[in-house]
Amino acid sequence: MTKLTRRSALKGGAGLLGAGALAGSGFTEFAKAWAQASPFRPEAGATLNLMRWRRFVVAEDEAFNRIVAAFSAATGVRINVTSESFDDMQPKASVAANTGTGPDMFWALYSTPHLFPQRCLDVSDVADYLGKKYGGWVPVAEAYGKLGDKWIAIPAAINGGYINYRISQIKAAGFNEVPQTNAGFLELCKALKAKNTPAGFPLGRASGDGNAYAYWLLWSHNAAQVDENSKVIIRSAETEAALNYAKALYDTFIQGTAAWNDASNNRLFLSGELSLTANGISIYAAANASADAKQKEIAADMDHAYWPIGPAGKPTEIQLCFPMVTMGYTKFPNACKAFTAFMLEAEQFNPWLEAAAGYLTHTLNAFDNNPVWTKDPKNRVFRDASKRSLVAGHRGKLDEKAATAMADFIVVDMFANFCTGRETAAGAMQLAERQLQRIYR
Amino acid sequence: MAMDSLAATPARMARSEPSRWDRLRVNRNWLGLWFMVPAMAFLLLFLAYPLGLGIWMSMTDMRIGRGGTFIGIENYVYLLDDRDFLRATAFTLTYTFVASIFKFAIGLYLAILLNNNMPFKAIIRAIVLIPFIVPTVLSAVAFWWIFDTQFSIITWLLRKSGLIEPGYLINWLGDPFLAQCSVIFANIWRGIPFIAITLLAGLQTVSPSLYEAATLDGASNWQRFRYITYPLLTPIIAVVMTFSVLFTFTDFQLIWAMTRGGPVNATHLMATLSYQRGILGGRLGEGAAIATAMVPFLLAAIMVSWFGLQRRKWQQGEAND
Repeated sequence: MTKLTRRSALKGGAGLLGAGALAGSGFTEFAKAWAQASPFRPEAGATLNLMRWRRFVVAEDEAFNRIVAAFSAATGVRINVTSESFDDMQPKASVAANTGTGPDMFWALYSTPHLFPQRCLDVSDVADYLGKKYGGWVPVAEAYGKLGDKWIAIPAAINGGYINYRISQIKAAGFNEVPQTNAGFLELCKALKAKNTPAGFPLGRASGDGNAYAYWLLWSHNAAQVDENSKVIIRSAETEAALNYAKALYDTFIQGTAAWNDASNNRLFLSGELSLTANGISIYAAANASADAKQKEIAADMDHAYWPIGPAGKPTEIQLCFPMVTMGYTKFPNACKAFTAFMLEAEQFNPWLEAAAGYLTHTLNAFDNNPVWTKDPKNRVFRDASKRSLVAGHRGKLDEKAATAMADFIVVDMFANFCTGRETAAGAMQLAERQLQRIYR
Repeated sequence: MAMDSLAATPARMARSEPSRWDRLRVNRNWLGLWFMVPAMAFLLLFLAYPLGLGIWMSMTDMRIGRGGTFIGIENYVYLLDDRDFLRATAFTLTYTFVASIFKFAIGLYLAILLNNNMPFKAIIRAIVLIPFIVPTVLSAVAFWWIFDTQFSIITWLLRKSGLIEPGYLINWLGDPFLAQCSVIFANIWRGIPFIAITLLAGLQTVSPSLYEAATLDGASNWQRFRYITYPLLTPIIAVVMTFSVLFTFTDFQLIWAMTRGGPVNATHLMATLSYQRGILGGRLGEGAAIATAMVPFLLAAIMVSWFGLQRRKWQQGEAND
């Protein structure tokens, strides 16, 4: 099912050009040598269709396409890459799994492969090969990639989200760094408010940043939406403590956070109105890449910090996982495996990580030394995103129910309902409990 | 000979009394039925089937990517006790009611204004159409900026003109009530031209001689509106308001581009809630149930306008109202 769209035609053209430019360069030399030695032998005449999420960092996409071009040049396997927005990836993958036709591979989000584990190709051999060669997988990668003992996807990378702050403004508020406890963090936000440079976290329809904030609030207070047996336990004293803490934070926020989407905090931070928020590295990347002097100034005056640690006593972050899934119906399973392995070899993955400039975090321990983490100290916290992250669903199973609860903003809305005064703590918890019970029935 | 005549008799009888099939073949109604088949198939395939499928889905626990089992009215029972759904229904009704009244009042006023002779009439009429021409998503994004908490031009203007203190912010889309007002305002702005231009077309069909006669009889402006314009415009009003109410009730784009149903689900209409639950949340059955729940309201709106506004005597050709 080769779909020829304008995009794929352009990409194909670009791929050919790239391959031409690369011919004879080290990249292709390596690819050829790799193809000779690799345990994964693509089927003759294989053509693959790969669907990935639409990129946010242009250089990352370009690096990915270079890997695709080098792989094609070395093995003769043609790969058509199409991209879809975050929101559209999961429905498309589900439909493909359901009907048994569609792209051979999906570079998807979160727990997508766990929606249809029996339709995913067993890639345990690829995972073992890479794990042995590159110092093992981080625990969160195993959680996202494995079902029982079997690997159903290769978690290629994690996208980290952390505290973004203005150095001068927290200094003015009397802090040298972002406190790493919930109590200290509240003090910082209060001080920022007093200096009229308030912080802000999204309580609106922000599927990335909003969920990251809400789950951190919940988990850092040792609360969770379900327990190990998928029993809904949202109505608890811990959740109430999280709600009260969230309200205290909310009172120090800049106005309008209940209406924020994923782009709102980026916009406000870059306009200089916001002193502290949670985001991926994209604010810093955008400010750095900008030609505008004011943006450069913000880039120089900003830094990143880990999420503070609450009563739970350990990092309780949720970071976005990008698993590479090969569908069981593919006619060319070996070509898919070969590409997955090739993509994560150091010669490919290192330049790719560098191009992503911190947007992607590796899930194989050996890449801790990639220059992207040392070249700029402001990138450093993102290196640990995959090690500090908990799994979607936390104590419960990583399944479609956890994914649905997140897509439906149930926890976000619980905090928003209480913080904006629309519901009491009991009412907000009851509302969330009811919706969760329906999902987890 | 006798044998011949005996053999011939049944044949003659058959000729004189054609079989059912023969009669059917020349039946005009039967032929007409066949001519209607393409249209019926079209209606069934593109109208009845999706509607029926939607209603069927609303009685299953279907999720994206896999089928569901029949669960009867469980989805509806759940929704009846779901605060977000009830709020969305209440807000959809408020949204439709408030926006339609404003749209009708302002639209009618504009239509009457534009019906007068004035300089640059054509250009002014064209300008009135602008909100209708601009793609909804584009105007919604503009409104999203206009109602941004920090960057709102309204707040800025109020601040510059000294009506509010410097540094004071209005939490347009962050406060549930203000957000509801904001999206209603945007809907009114967008819906006025449709009503104004359609009513203007209706006004132009009113014969000037009626006004002349009324003026000679000494009728005031109000009397001319009340006893000439309004009755003659009623059929158009019925049609235009039916459409307007239907469009408003099923609005999606404007809300989705401006608030996505936020803050805290305050601006969810039934259509956006259905999309949120059905497509993004993946629970197709529940989403379909919310969408199906819109149907009775829509039917009611149609009934009111057709039986309430349109059943006038003059329609049946009688002179008196």
